[in-house]
Parts: sequence; structure tokens; C-alpha cells
Amino acid sequence: MIPVMRDWQRMSAIQRRQARAGLLFVLPWLIGMTLFMLYPIVASLYFSFTDYTVLERPRWVGFENYETLLTNDPSFRIAVANSLIYALMAVPTGLIVSLGLALLLNFNERYIGVYRTLFYLPSLAPPVAGTVIFLVLFNPQGGLMNAILEGVGLQRVGWFEDPDWSKPSLVLLSLWGVGAGTLIFLAGLKEVPQSLLESASIDGANVFQRFWHITIPMLSPVILFNLVMGVISSFQVFTQAFVIGGTTGRPLESTLMVMVLIYRNAFRYFKMGYASAIAVALAAVILVVTVVIFRVARSWVFSEVDPAT
Amino acid sequence: MEKTVFTEPLPDSLAAAPRANLPARRIAGRNIRLAQSVVRYGLLSVVSLAFLLPFYWMTISALKDDEEVFAQPIEWFPAEPQWNNFIDVLDYPGFPFWRFMLNSTFYASVVTIGTVLSCAAAGYGFARLRFPGRDLLFMLTVACLMIPGIVTFIPTFILFRSLGILGSWWPLLLPAFCGSPFFIFMMRQFYIGIPQELSDAARVDGAGEFRIFAQIMLPLVRPALLVMAVFTFLWTWHDFFGPLVYLSNRDMYPLSLGLHSFRSQHDTDWNMMMAAATISTLPLIVIFFLAQRYFLEGVRLTGIKG
Repeated sequence: MIPVMRDWQRMSAIQRRQARAGLLFVLPWLIGMTLFMLYPIVASLYFSFTDYTVLERPRWVGFENYETLLTNDPSFRIAVANSLIYALMAVPTGLIVSLGLALLLNFNERYIGVYRTLFYLPSLAPPVAGTVIFLVLFNPQGGLMNAILEGVGLQRVGWFEDPDWSKPSLVLLSLWGVGAGTLIFLAGLKEVPQSLLESASIDGANVFQRFWHITIPMLSPVILFNLVMGVISSFQVFTQAFVIGGTTGRPLESTLMVMVLIYRNAFRYFKMGYASAIAVALAAVILVVTVVIFRVARSWVFSEVDPAT
Repeated sequence: MEKTVFTEPLPDSLAAAPRANLPARRIAGRNIRLAQSVVRYGLLSVVSLAFLLPFYWMTISALKDDEEVFAQPIEWFPAEPQWNNFIDVLDYPGFPFWRFMLNSTFYASVVTIGTVLSCAAAGYGFARLRFPGRDLLFMLTVACLMIPGIVTFIPTFILFRSLGILGSWWPLLLPAFCGSPFFIFMMRQFYIGIPQELSDAARVDGAGEFRIFAQIMLPLVRPALLVMAVFTFLWTWHDFFGPLVYLSNRDMYPLSLGLHSFRSQHDTDWNMMMAAATISTLPLIVIFFLAQRYFLEGVRLTGIKG
């Protein structure tokens, strides 16, 4: 506070008036940041070292919650595995499908705008509504998907009712909402310099060479952005998994994601300390994965500024 | 390239050859382009159909009677569309649609107003006004962008519990009036692009800081305000986790939570469930077509996901 006070004394009357106005403009956010961001982060860390049932005061237990988490909670291991498997399936397929659709849309021809809108529409469906729609479409007994599979001579699948298929079904549900990512890729594709593609074409590069050696490198910052966003959101998937499997992750804990486990511990069992430990662990994992992606990205993300200079 | 080559008259034999080839090549090129177009539109149409299929199936299942939803073989269109399903669902046991609709509209509108007000103001403060500690506070704001929501959720819940306002609207509405780091960051970017001379001129003319903000700056960032408004509205309409944790009285449920409780109560009334899903999606589709520009621009400019 001391340097701030010193700044204040050094200012002219006009500057002081502006500073007062500035503080007033950001005041609601300063309150919000303190109450709903900074305090909760510190409190989460603290609660994660306590036994806290809400009814009594938090009781310090040291690393006990983290120990239980790692050694004595089979549900946690299952939830971590489920979330990892889900993310490993949903993120790459999401990237590939949205990039593919963006490539298809990247032409200045008539009616392209209509298709762009059609691809985006599913992102508007409320997550609960989207999930129930998929429960009907992918119903193992009389759903449309199984009828189509049988129609082309394939076997029926148990989809959301089969523990082996419930996660792939959730991935298909997530792919339905891929339209927003497509629009981001499309905006990136519009930035790829046409002159580069044309000169490569004159030099005899074919479509695939141009895609691999020009489009992909020029698009790599957007790929990185969509990748990081995809990882962050798939690790935190909740609504769809909760609508399918409730707090127990039906069928057979196969849809028990980490977020569902946090919800169950915090708001069903009121084990706030333990739930905080899982939340802190999840945040730490997301942070580490993001940092690793950014580190690795240095080698494949193209930037116009040469890092060597 | 040397132009002189072309000024010299070519021998007849050489000159005729390319001239004869040219139209043929052009036609070939046109054919290839036409073929590419056909393939592209073909693929786009197939994929669009796949994306629309869930919407079609939702609507068509809502028009079927109880037995037809999972009938074998598949019915692509019900023999007798049950239009009255859409009327019945408006007042189904445990699903007071208009009540839920009102709650969703209230929740999404208030959160949108709060977010737009607080973020428009805070973004302005960070972008255009000098005050001690500003840069440090803005850095903290950016750091908040990277915090996953779940880490802050439990202590916030406990805070609201100790205030005795669980089960009321306050925990869902209050934080919106304090701003969100993402939109504050976005707004700051927009204000920074406005020339400084504009504010200086207004100051010379004796305008107060608040007047400069309201009468000069806000009109200039109108598109950003609208992008922020449509996405906040959409996300709040979609929100499930917040109402699930904070609301206990069913009369306060928004549509997202209402649809979920519909499923747990009538888990075999698939046609009615699809009717409920249809009418809870419809308002967003209508809003999208009214504000399409801001949705598409918003995704493009900021990388916001729907």
C-alpha cells in the first residue's frame, strides 16, 4: 500500500480525479475478484487439508485427504481413468472433425453461410436437452442409430447402457457440438495467405502438400488454442455425464467423471474437505497438462516472429 | 520475364497450337472446378443432414404416440402426428413449463444485465483510466482467467451458506454483477483500440469521466457489448451445475434443471420428454436467428465456444 499512497500524493488534481473514477469503475470487479476468486482459491487449498462437514468447523487433518484419494478411494481411481479416457477420445476427434468441417466450409461460394449456420446450431441446444435427445437416438432397444447399424449389416450396440460404449457415446454427443470449434478454425483458415498457397501451387505442390506444409503450420496457433480449450473442457465435463449416469456413473461407474465425484462428495455427502482435495487435484492436473502442451507447442506451433532472433 | 518474346510474330505453326488448345484447357479447368463444387456441396449436405438429424428426431419423436417412439421398423414420420403432445407438455405433472421458462428467462436476463454492466465498466477502468495499482490488478485478473471454475465453487458455496441465502436466487445472480475475468479482458481489448484523442477532447470540453464512458465509449463498443450479452444469455440458459447446487424449490427451477427432473420422474414418457426438449431449445434457436451476426462474430473474434 505504501507505494500506492506515494503515487497518490504525487498526482495532480486532474490525475487524482481520473484515478478516483478508475477505481470506481473497477470496484465491483475488485470485490468480485476478492470474494469469488482469490478468497475461494486460498480457502479451497485450506479446506483440502481439513475434515469439513459444513455443520462443524473445519478440522485440520494434514495430508489425510490426499492420502485417501491416492491409496484408499477406488471411485477416485475410476473417475480419473474415465475422465482421461474421455478426454483422450473427445479432444483429438473433436479437433479432426472441426478442422475437416472448416476445410469444407473454407470457400467463397454461394450458400456456404447456410451450412456454417447448420453446423453451429447444435451448440445452441441446452446440454440437458442434447443428452436426452441422444438417449432416444442411441436407445439400444428401438433407437434410430441401431436401426441404421442393422440396416448396413452391423451389430446393434448398447450405447449409453453398455459400460464399454457409454464413453464413446458421450464422445459422439460432444462431436455434435463441434460447430463452435469449426468457426474458430474457419476464421484461422481465412488468415492463411492466399499468395503462399498460390506460389506453392505454381511450384507444383499438390493439394496434400499445400495442406501439410502451408495450411497446417499457418493454422498451428489456432490448433493450439482449440486443443487447450478442448482439454480444459473435457476434463471438466459434468452435465452430460450426470444426466446419463447420475451420481453413481451408471452403467457400472463408466460415466463417473471427476467432476461428478466432486459433486457427489461435496453436495451429497457434504464432505467439503475431501471434495476440495479432489478439486485442487483436478485443477493441478489441468494446469500441468496445459503447461506441458504449451511447452511442447514451441516445437510445432508456427510463429511469424522467429524465436531465435 | 522478357516481353520482347511476345512482340515477335510467331511462326504460324507455333502460334496456332496454343490458340487451339486454350479453350479446351479452359473447359477442362471449368469441369474440374465444377466437379470439385459438386463433391464439396455433396459432402457438406451429408454432414449437415447428420448434424440436423438429432433435431429432426427430437421433433418427430415428440409428435409420436407413446408406443411409436421405439417402434420397429423405424418410423421416419408418425402415421398420425400427435400435435397435442406440445400442448399437453406445457402442463405435465411435475413440469410446469411456463414457470420454468419464466425462471430461465429471469435467470439469464439478470445475469446478462449484471455481466454487461460490470464488465463494460471494469474493462473501461483497466483500459482508459490511470490509477495506482492498475497494472498489478489487471495482471491478477488475467491470472483469474486460468482458474478452473470448480476450485472456487466449494468455498463460494460455503460463503453463501454462511450468509443464509442458499435456496434463493442470490448465489446465482450476485456474482454476475461483479464481472467475469474473460469478458473484462475482452472489453479492455476493445476500449484500447479507441483513439485517445476522443477522450482528451471530451475532457477539454469539460465532460466528466462517467459521461465520457456512457456517451462516447459505450456507443463505440456496442458490438462487443452485444457479443457479451448473447453469449452470457446462452451460457446462463445452458447452466445446469449452478441451479442444481443452489436451488431446492422446484418452483424456481430453470428449464435445464426442469428437463432433468422431468427425466427422473417420467423416464419412460419419451415422446413427452422430446416435446419438453424441443420447447426448451426453441427459445435459443429464435434468439440465434435474431442475433446471428453477434453469435458468429463472437466466436470468430474471441474464440468463445457456444
